[in-house]
Amino acid sequence: MEEILQANGLCKTFTLSRKQQRIERAQTRRKVAVDNLSFSAYKGEIFGLLGPNGAGKTTTLRMLSTLIKPDSGDATLCGYSVVGQPAEVRGQIGFLTSELKLEDFFTPNYLFDFFSRLHRVDPDVTARRKEQMFARFGIDRFAEVKVANLSTGMKQKLSLVISLVHDPEVVIFDEPTNGLDVLTARTVTDYLQELRSAGKTVILSTHIFSLVERLCDRVGVIIDGRMTACGTLDEVCGGLSIEDRFFEIYKEQKGGAE
Amino acid sequence: MKSNTWTIIKKEFARFFGDRQLLFTTVIMPGLLIYIIYSLMGVGIKSMVSQGADEVVTMRVENLPPSMAPLLATDSCLVVVEQGFGQEDVDNLEDKSVNVVLARFPEGFDSLVAAYTPQAGVAAPNVEIYYNSANNASLRVFSLLSGGLTAYEEQMSNRFDINRADREEQKFDQATTDQVLGNVWSKLLPMIIVMMLFSGVMSIAPSSIAGEKERGTIATLLVTPMRRNELAIGKIVSLSSIGLLSGISSFVGIALSLPKMVHGDASDLDLAFNYSLRDYTALLLVIFATVLVMSAAVSLLSAMAKDVKNAGTMVTPLMMVVTLAGLLPMFQSGASHSLAVYLVPFYNSIEVMVGLFAHELAVVPLLVTLAANLIYSVAAVWGLTRMFNSEKVMFSR
Repeated sequence: MEEILQANGLCKTFTLSRKQQRIERAQTRRKVAVDNLSFSAYKGEIFGLLGPNGAGKTTTLRMLSTLIKPDSGDATLCGYSVVGQPAEVRGQIGFLTSELKLEDFFTPNYLFDFFSRLHRVDPDVTARRKEQMFARFGIDRFAEVKVANLSTGMKQKLSLVISLVHDPEVVIFDEPTNGLDVLTARTVTDYLQELRSAGKTVILSTHIFSLVERLCDRVGVIIDGRMTACGTLDEVCGGLSIEDRFFEIYKEQKGGAE
Repeated sequence: MKSNTWTIIKKEFARFFGDRQLLFTTVIMPGLLIYIIYSLMGVGIKSMVSQGADEVVTMRVENLPPSMAPLLATDSCLVVVEQGFGQEDVDNLEDKSVNVVLARFPEGFDSLVAAYTPQAGVAAPNVEIYYNSANNASLRVFSLLSGGLTAYEEQMSNRFDINRADREEQKFDQATTDQVLGNVWSKLLPMIIVMMLFSGVMSIAPSSIAGEKERGTIATLLVTPMRRNELAIGKIVSLSSIGLLSGISSFVGIALSLPKMVHGDASDLDLAFNYSLRDYTALLLVIFATVLVMSAAVSLLSAMAKDVKNAGTMVTPLMMVVTLAGLLPMFQSGASHSLAVYLVPFYNSIEVMVGLFAHELAVVPLLVTLAANLIYSVAAVWGLTRMFNSEKVMFSR
């Protein structure tokens, strides 16, 4: 198996506001979001980062997509370092999270062309890919409708399409089905499987067990910023359901306190 | 690298020119509004000044002296009736629609005046003119007569003259028309130009940078392989261009309405704007350099701001400083000779414009200003690039 992604000892801390420090009853103002995290992902697989809210999943994905820099550690994607070669890494990945928005003023058609140009996609390829992707997600009928006037589901499908204009090798997806209606969620998960079949690598974060069971080839369980278990679904679960196994791990980590 | 910058510039232009409302409020409205307001003010002033000029007024005069008759004949809309009047006639003047002026001279006015000596201790002969200053025509006739009488008095006691032109071409004030008007323009125009440019930049830059941050659209740009400095250059260049358009619009509005402000007398304006192609070229260069630094500064502040509203608050102090800098020429005579002045952003542009409008454009200060502004803009690009790279600036709330 070809290793596409390798994260080595990623660490990230944030400074808490005084108010937040009181809420969390923390001793110091530094909060460790990601603590020495290492894992690998291989070509043609869906890798899931599973964990509760605040475990550090999103922070990890943001470091992988070069939006934020690790305090220490590094990750290589397709051979490029997220610390040393961020622009090259960005050329290889498609990153999708609800934080990334599209400008209301423009149409899907304009945005597809705009982001294709920023990704240096050949105009002919852009035209072909746009036609194909718009048809696949039913955006074709709304190609000239301003984003502001699209339905929420259509906006999310468009965001997905825009993040993939350059046909990236690695697709990084933060909570892919969060906030989606059942139909759109299904379209998205189906497409993730299509991407895997096409030999792409998908890294996703989620707190939904069923999603992991249905989609992921391998999974990493993150609790308090640390990778507590990582491997194929069978290796991690050891005969249990992922849900039961997760709570077992959680108890081990927290000592049954919570 | 170039093409990504160009892609960003094109997107900013598409956003701006594709939004008719934004285009209208930023580029068309400032010029149009200034034109309309100034023109209306001009028309108002003109009508105030000219009102009552061609209205017929009847003047009833008691004891009209021969010396005043030719003067009153100069107003073709004045009918002079030699007739006495009483208190009732005076009271009637309260009605301001009555075009009547009443004048009472002492009998034998001319000889009384000629015989009068101030040392005699007797009150001087007195002329009574009853009029209503709320009626422009009435005021006109009063001014004519009282002005004529004052001149008559001066002529009688004439002991010496100041600056009497014995030859027609004799000129005492040696300032040229250009110098006089240049002095006026150099105090007014730099401030107006700088303010217009600033408000142009202000109307778009915060929404383009702080707005994108607030709406989460800038993060979408930041995950593309585009380099951060390409984004910074693209933003600053496009914002400068649009700010410039807005500034030009305001300037055209002022230029077109100025003739109307000066009572519709366009011949004055021909004299007023007697500037060479060299001056205009320099002006354009300074305006370019100024708007570049402005966009850069406002972009930096907007990038620091959490949202558009916050950006507005952050830019306000800068706007006050720029306004103050614009006011300084009012208290000084001509442009500064110290080169260090031309290193101060915003103020350097104002000083160059002061020199330019006063017909004293010096090349070195101009070059220093252009170079300094360019360096500041490059520094701002560097700063903005760093800010786009900083997760603290871009993602913390």
